[in-house]
Amino acid sequence: MAILDVNKLSISFGGLHAVDGFTVSIEKGELYGLIGPNGAGKTTVFNLLTGVYKPTEGIVRLDGQDITGKNTIEINRAGIARTFQNIRLFKDMPVLDNVKTGFHNRYRYSTLTGILRLPRMHQVENTLNERSMEILKVFGLDKEADVLAGNLPYGKQRKLEIARALATEPKLLLLDEPAAGMNPNETSELMDTIRFVRDHFDMTILLIEHDMKLVSGICEKLSVLNFGRLLAQGETAEVLSNPEVIAAYLGQ
Amino acid sequence: MNTDIVKKIKNRRLRSKLITYLIVIVFYVVVQILINTGNLSSLLTGLLVPICVYVIAAVSLNLVVGISGELSLGHAGFMCVGAYTSAFLSNVVGSALPETLRFILAILTGAVFAGLFGLLIGIPVLRLKGDYLAIVTLAFGEIIKNLMNVVYVGIDSKGLHVSTTSAMDLHLEPTGKQIIKGALGISGTPKNSNFTIGVILILLTLFIVQNLIDSRSGRAVMAARDNRIAAESIGIPVTKFKLLAFAVSAALAGVAGVLYSHNLATLNTKKFDYNTSILVLVFVVLGGIGNIRGSMIAAVILTALPEMLRFLSNYRMLIYAIVLIVMMLFNWAPAAREWRERVLSRLPFGRRKAVGKEEV
Amino acid sequence: MSFLTYLKDGISLGSVYAIIALGYTMVYGIAKMLNFAHGDVIMVGAYVVLMMITRAGLHPLLAVLIAMAACTVLGMTIEMVAYRPLRKAGSPLAVLITAIGVSYLLQNIALLMFGADGKTFINVVSLPSLSLFDGGLVISGTTIVTILANIIIMICLTLFVKKTKQGRAMQAVSEDRDAAQLMGINVNGTISLTFAIGSALAAIAGVLLCSAYPVVTPYTGAMPGIKAFVAAVFGGIGSIPGAMLGGILLGVIEILGRAYISSQVADAIVFGVLIIVLLVKPSGLFGKNVQEKV
Repeated sequence: MAILDVNKLSISFGGLHAVDGFTVSIEKGELYGLIGPNGAGKTTVFNLLTGVYKPTEGIVRLDGQDITGKNTIEINRAGIARTFQNIRLFKDMPVLDNVKTGFHNRYRYSTLTGILRLPRMHQVENTLNERSMEILKVFGLDKEADVLAGNLPYGKQRKLEIARALATEPKLLLLDEPAAGMNPNETSELMDTIRFVRDHFDMTILLIEHDMKLVSGICEKLSVLNFGRLLAQGETAEVLSNPEVIAAYLGQ
Repeated sequence: MNTDIVKKIKNRRLRSKLITYLIVIVFYVVVQILINTGNLSSLLTGLLVPICVYVIAAVSLNLVVGISGELSLGHAGFMCVGAYTSAFLSNVVGSALPETLRFILAILTGAVFAGLFGLLIGIPVLRLKGDYLAIVTLAFGEIIKNLMNVVYVGIDSKGLHVSTTSAMDLHLEPTGKQIIKGALGISGTPKNSNFTIGVILILLTLFIVQNLIDSRSGRAVMAARDNRIAAESIGIPVTKFKLLAFAVSAALAGVAGVLYSHNLATLNTKKFDYNTSILVLVFVVLGGIGNIRGSMIAAVILTALPEMLRFLSNYRMLIYAIVLIVMMLFNWAPAAREWRERVLSRLPFGRRKAVGKEEV
Repeated sequence: MSFLTYLKDGISLGSVYAIIALGYTMVYGIAKMLNFAHGDVIMVGAYVVLMMITRAGLHPLLAVLIAMAACTVLGMTIEMVAYRPLRKAGSPLAVLITAIGVSYLLQNIALLMFGADGKTFINVVSLPSLSLFDGGLVISGTTIVTILANIIIMICLTLFVKKTKQGRAMQAVSEDRDAAQLMGINVNGTISLTFAIGSALAAIAGVLLCSAYPVVTPYTGAMPGIKAFVAAVFGGIGSIPGAMLGGILLGVIEILGRAYISSQVADAIVFGVLIIVLLVKPSGLFGKNVQEKV
């Protein structure tokens, strides 16, 4: 069964159809790409999937559960986590705490337990530290656990955002232009990391990307958006050789 | 290895907390020595409890301004609620309970009522942002103050009488006792506060605030501060945690109010206007937003400063204002910071870290 | 007294609030700072007029012009010395606290110069009062001038902002300071000009306020300053008609509340209405709603 099942998702802002009838089905463990020219509505799709915007039409099912119209918090709890095109970290908190915050709904203890420093708090904190360091290690950030997130170099900030999203233990991970601003070396390293995340965490990943090397290198399937509508969908190689897609990218 | 860095972080935080407690204890001991050797002027001795009041107020406001990242100008309102409710309780209970028990009960009453007010005000208000939140909290502070001015409460053998017009309208029996007298406030509150209790309450406040910051809930509050949208994207109910910080902060401001009201024979609302809220905010900003220790130290210095400047007589508030402006410019202006960095880096003991946000 | 009289008093007081609020809303819209010292500029304006008339024996109109000039210089100096260095400080709180420091400074200078006792203000308006409904409603010359001044100021400001080059520069700076700078707009100059206009208006407001309530103390400006900011927020920060309407509504609510409910809780009512308005419409009556882009 599909992890994510989207049917005719649409939204319009004052008459403008930003996304019009977006339909997709993503299987568990897939690495799926969402591409298209600037302003095609890709990030809007992410915002619809994560409840930042409420769709005017359409249905979103996650693992069989209808999550259409729920808010961001409920959707994350249901199992979708994301990163942002313009990085959004907790800048004044250390790297470690960024990831620990990601585990907010997974490992709990009450405020009072925290204030009174009860044994349960120490127990949970120890688990949190262990698990967070595990994830940081995957991204090669474990040595910088102590650094304030805002002081990390750009490439590492992007990685930390993925790490934080993973800490929510999602069923589906949405990455919004993970390679933006990276040089070719960093990008190819990122491709390895994304593959590793998929295999190691048994994750389903949907990503937006402009870097065609990354897209053709790691995505198994693609959807192409143009002016808010689906232009093509299917196996990566097939889609990328579609003349309409090529035309859209050349701007005709 | 991994665990080393985690241990390092843990130890650093623990050390930082302990240093804060230690500063308070050293301050207490030094003051006690000064008092016992007769080296503290009576004016400064009289300021000791107010200093504790402002330290608690500043530390608790920092929870909202520094940790939660919301600007509140109504802190005095919560102090007012704590002061009035607790003084009321102490007056009603009178000598029916032993003094210690009564005072503990008064502290709890002040904290609970102020916290409830915080919750009540926070629910609608925390939807607003920035300066709008500031002006609404200011408005609430003024409303609380204004309403307290028209409340008359008395007690006699038939129970409590409440009026919003005048003391006469209470229709008390001749043996009855007026407790809250409108704009005249409450008088006859037992003088239970002293410096030692003030310091104990400071330590208690620090215990609550520091441990809260360094916990799951504290991380959620700070995450919501740093990036609301990201915090929601990882499933943190932002409003709930902002409200938590706001209510805890209000409750602690209430405790400050209790300490204040049990230090004075007569309590009225004059002391709880927006100027007091602003004063407490000044402590927080001057001490470093989010820096608990800094707001504590700023509260002590700035409360004692006007007394210490007394020799300047009429000019002291003028000097105070100038000191405030100059300190703000020196601390915050980018040009001043650069200049300081340059000077410090030339000193033989090497570069010092730029002044910035401290973690706890 | 009749309802109409209260209403008239409310509109008159509200017009003063509106004039202060216009200055507040412009400064806030463009410099993005809560200028807590704005209220104290009002007080300075009132003292200057009083001194010019009683000590220098000048004609009231000349005295008002001098006060406006003095406040303009004062406002620009405050901005340049105390606020400008902090514009890139990274925290809006830094400049807020500095503004509070400036407010204390002005109050204490006035305290040293004039003492804490109220000085009786001389009414600068020599117009006769107007009697309507067979004496059922008497409108004093001060009230007429206040309301007229309010209307004239609002029209002039609107024209200035919409039609002149400097006015459009103000709009640009308030919209996006960095972009305005890139377009070659002198941002510092524009903010300076805004403070100049706001402070000149504060001087006028000071004269009108003290003509209606003829006592001036070092703290005269503080509460009207806060209320004017409330009025500006009420009408929607940055909006000129908003500030005007907010000011008048605030004045009317305050006077009616004082007359019909209780003078002690009039301020509480004013603030209560503000809270309700903001909860229903968080950006104020005429404000724009801005949402963060994800």
